[in-house]
Amino acid sequence: MALNFKKETFREDYTYSNSGESIKRFPFPFPEDQYMYSVNIEPHTKGKPGSVCEFAFDIDEHYVAECLDKRITLEQDPGRYQALPHMMDAQWDFLELTMEALAQDYPEHFSLQKQGLIWTWENKPLGIKDTFTFGDTSTLATEPFDYIGRQLQGDFVLLDHRDETLYADAGIVTSQADWSLAFNVGMSWREWHGPVPRATELGVMDRALKYLLNLQLGSPVRRLNWTMTVNPRLDTSPENYPHWGSDRNTVNADNVADLVHLRVELQTLFRLPRSNAIVFSIRCYLISLKDIATYPRWAKRLHRVQKTMHPDLIEYKGMTKFHPLMVDWLAKFDDGEALTVGTHAE
Amino acid sequence: MSMINVKVVAIEQVTPLVKHFTFVKEDGSSLPAFSGGSHVVVSLDIGGRIHRNPYSLMGSPMENEAYHISVRKQENSRGGSVFMHENVTVGMPLKITYPVNLFSLAKKGRKHILIAGGIGITPFMSQIADLNRMNANYELHYAYRSPEHGAFAAQLKEKCGDHLHCYIDSQGQRLDLQALLNDQPLGTHVYVCGPNAMVLATLDTARNLGWPENHIHSEQFLSPPTGEPFKIQLARSNIEIQVSAEMSMLEAIEAAGVEADYLCRGGVCGRCELDVLETDGALEHNDHFLTDTEKASCKKIMPCVSRAKGERLVLDL
Repeated sequence: MALNFKKETFREDYTYSNSGESIKRFPFPFPEDQYMYSVNIEPHTKGKPGSVCEFAFDIDEHYVAECLDKRITLEQDPGRYQALPHMMDAQWDFLELTMEALAQDYPEHFSLQKQGLIWTWENKPLGIKDTFTFGDTSTLATEPFDYIGRQLQGDFVLLDHRDETLYADAGIVTSQADWSLAFNVGMSWREWHGPVPRATELGVMDRALKYLLNLQLGSPVRRLNWTMTVNPRLDTSPENYPHWGSDRNTVNADNVADLVHLRVELQTLFRLPRSNAIVFSIRCYLISLKDIATYPRWAKRLHRVQKTMHPDLIEYKGMTKFHPLMVDWLAKFDDGEALTVGTHAE
Repeated sequence: MSMINVKVVAIEQVTPLVKHFTFVKEDGSSLPAFSGGSHVVVSLDIGGRIHRNPYSLMGSPMENEAYHISVRKQENSRGGSVFMHENVTVGMPLKITYPVNLFSLAKKGRKHILIAGGIGITPFMSQIADLNRMNANYELHYAYRSPEHGAFAAQLKEKCGDHLHCYIDSQGQRLDLQALLNDQPLGTHVYVCGPNAMVLATLDTARNLGWPENHIHSEQFLSPPTGEPFKIQLARSNIEIQVSAEMSMLEAIEAAGVEADYLCRGGVCGRCELDVLETDGALEHNDHFLTDTEKASCKKIMPCVSRAKGERLVLDL
C-alpha cells in the first residue's frame, strides 16, 4: 500500500501533525502506571500489520519531510555525520542491510537491482536513482553510510565491537534527544552512559552491554525509550540548544496540550555481517498531549506515569519547567479507573 | 534461535584426521556474509539426541554462495566429530546457526601475529582473507605435527606468500614464542588458536613480556567433558533432570524439553549462564567465561561445559 507523504516542518512554524492513522499506530511506551528504567529489550521480530514494528525499518507519512529536515540540519552542521576510518566495512554492511530491507518491505517506493557487485538503487519519494559498485567508495558521491543514512528516518550509530565493549565509532545523528555525536564519537559504552541517573547503580547498563555483546546476526532486538519535547522538533541537540532550550519557558496552561509532545524512540540493534559491528538505530516518534488524549486510556496512563515520576528523571529529561502544567492538564482525563497492563490504545 | 537450513555439497579428506565440508543453503539462496574468525554451530541428530558443535568458517567472508568448515576426528569424541566423519554424506541436510564471531581481528591493530597449531588453523583461514583485502601487516605462524598433517600449508602459501611461517614438529622445527613476541612494534596484536598447551604458552609469554591484555586474543572451544552422572532441579520449570556421564548439563536440559539460551556451546561466550539457587557440593567449572571469583562464589554456572559433584543443584530456569 502506497503511503501519502505529508508536507510539513519540524522547525520555525512547526506544521508537523499526525493523521488519525498515525496516532493510532503511535508506539506508546508505558505498559504500567509507574515508570522505572529496565533493560526492556525484546527480539525485533515482525510486528502486527500497520504497526511501527511491522518491518525492520519503519517508513511513515512523515518520511519525506523528515529527510528534508535532516538535510537542513546536516547542511548547517556537517559534524552531525562522523565515521572513523576503520568503520568502512560497517558502512557497506549498513547500506546493504537498509537497502535490502526497504526494497523488500516497501516495493512501491524503493527498489534495489543487483548484477553482481553493480547495484542500482531507486528511491522514488526522494527522486533518487544511482548505480554504484558495492564495496567501492569511489562510485558513490559520499561515503555509503552518509549516502543511505540521509534517506532514512531516524538516527544511526555504528558500534565497533572490541575489547569486550562497544565503541560509538560512526554516526549520523540529527534528531537526538539532547546528546551530541561530536561529543560521543569514539567513546565506549560505559563512557557514553555515564550521565544516566539511577541506571548505573542498578547495574542496568552492565547487563545491557553483556546482552548486546552477544547480539547475533539475523536476530535483531528492540526497545522503546522516551522523553518529552516542547514543539515537534527533531533537532533537539546540545549544539542547537539556543534554538530550542527556551521553548520550555513558553508553555502555559492554555497551550500545554499543543506544545508538549511525547517523544518516543524506537531503538533497534542489528549485528552486521562483514564488520561484526552493531547498528544502533534510533527512530523518533512525536505526538502532542492533545493527540494522546484522543485515546482516554493513554491519557490516564500518562497522567499516572508522570505524577509518580522520580524527581531525578524529571530533571534528567529536561521536564522541570513544564512538568506540573502537564500533570494538571492530564489529570482531568484520569477518573482513577484501574488499567490492565499493556500499551494498547483502547 | 534463528537457524539456517543447509545441505552438504562436498566432502574432502584433507589429512588422515581432518575432513573438509562445503555447505550451501538448502533453498539455493545466498548465505549471510560474515567476518573473519566467525564460527557456526552445526546441529547433528545422532540417534534422536541433538549434538551441537561449533566449527570455524574457513572460506572468504566475501563469498556467500557456500560455507566451508573442517572437522578433526577427535579421539575421545562424544559422538559429534565421529558422526561428521562417518555418517554425514554429500546431499545431507543440516541445520546451522548464523555466524557468530568471538575471535575477531582488532581493526585498529597496526600489526597482527597469528599463531595456529594443527586444526587451530581454521579460524585464521577467513581472517587471512580479511587481512589480505585490507592490505594489513601480518604474520601467520602455523605449527603442525608432520608433513601429512599440514594439508592447508600449500593453500596458505598461495594466499599468504611471505606472511606464512611453518613449523613441522616431526622435522624438529619449533616456534620460539619468546623470540617472536619479544620484538614487535607497538600496536601489534597476537591471536592464538590450537592445543591447550600452545594457547597457554602464548598467553603466558605475551603477559610476561608486558603485552597489554586487550592485544592478546585466543580462541579455544572446549568439548563438554564427560564425568560422573548427577541430578539437577530447575526451579522455574519445576522439574528434576538426570545428567548422564557423557551428556552436558545443557544437552540434558534441552533433551527434557526446556528451552535454554546458548551460543558457542564451548564455554566462551557467556550466553548460557545460569543462576545457581542452591548447591550442596562442588561445582566443576570448566568454562573460560566466569572469573575465578565468580566460580568460587558458586552463584553462577555455564551449563554448556560445566558439571556438578554434589547431591543437590537447583538452577533458576
